[in-house]
Amino acid sequence: MSLYDYLLRLGDNALILSQRLGEWCGHGPVLEEDIALTNVALDLLGQARLWLAYAGELTGRDEDQLAFLRDAGEFRNVLLVEQPNGDFAHTIVRQFFFDAWHHLLLEKLSDSSDERIRGIAAKALKEVTYHLRRGADWMVRLGDGTEESHSRMENAAGDLWMYTGELFEMDAVEQEMAQSGIGCDLAALREPWMAQLRAVFAEAMLEIPKQTWMQHGGKRGVHSEKLGFILAELQFMQRAYPGAKW
Amino acid sequence: MSESEWPLWEVFIRGQQGLAHQHAGSLHAPDAESAVNNARDVYTRRNEGVSIWVVKSTDITASSPSEKGPLFEPAASKPYRHPTFYEVPDEVKHL
Repeated sequence: MSLYDYLLRLGDNALILSQRLGEWCGHGPVLEEDIALTNVALDLLGQARLWLAYAGELTGRDEDQLAFLRDAGEFRNVLLVEQPNGDFAHTIVRQFFFDAWHHLLLEKLSDSSDERIRGIAAKALKEVTYHLRRGADWMVRLGDGTEESHSRMENAAGDLWMYTGELFEMDAVEQEMAQSGIGCDLAALREPWMAQLRAVFAEAMLEIPKQTWMQHGGKRGVHSEKLGFILAELQFMQRAYPGAKW
Repeated sequence: MSESEWPLWEVFIRGQQGLAHQHAGSLHAPDAESAVNNARDVYTRRNEGVSIWVVKSTDITASSPSEKGPLFEPAASKPYRHPTFYEVPDEVKHL
């Protein structure tokens, strides 16, 4: 079922990135940033709940069952969001690549032919507008900061670049969603995404990586081993104590 | 970029109902713009605010505790400055 698959993609992107950002909790470089990163994580978790609850209704499962009882191969998030936090530069660059895309996607989904998707997207868009603003700000500060921060940002952009291609990939599910007016043409988001990158990278004194080889597979359930470790932590309680509640 | 290199900022938040900005607390940030961003994340997470002001803590001039006597004590013996000696007519509401 394409709509189900599509909602898992939206929900899993938010859920896995939220879990990644949550790893910073208590380890942020300064208290203010620690709170800010976990705020973003909580925003994304709220979005994940809305998407997964909708997906669950289509198949008779609830959001918790989808989050806690699926194995890695059933997750539909893009590979970008499962990449490790690395140093702070990797976290910021990963977030900026994702937010710039996420913002464009949610703008399109705010006009979806599906009323429920329209509602969730409009709510999420406000949150993501702020995420993007914060992220772009950090990109410039660190890119155009010290010699060390600049080189760390350049490394991070280089390491993560190959995971950006998947964001714009149109497969059968995306095609069907775009044609029915529920989703959108991801390939068409590439140019506005690049335009944003060019502007921010220029201000940050960073170069956009030139490599063209792209890694993909997350959207159809082919993940790196990293997702397994994320799920081990995310799902431990429900796996060890099935049905446990707060 | 350690915290000790970032200056301290005082944060003032105007709440949903209130008319005036009130002191909410302080935080560290490299400049005014990030101070506003940080204030948003630290002090308005529970829907407390509609407006944020930040000011460098070093730009605030404070009265000194040792001057408490000359500054504030004279006011204590002047109860006539409180408008409590007037009878409020029954017709006046919402005062």
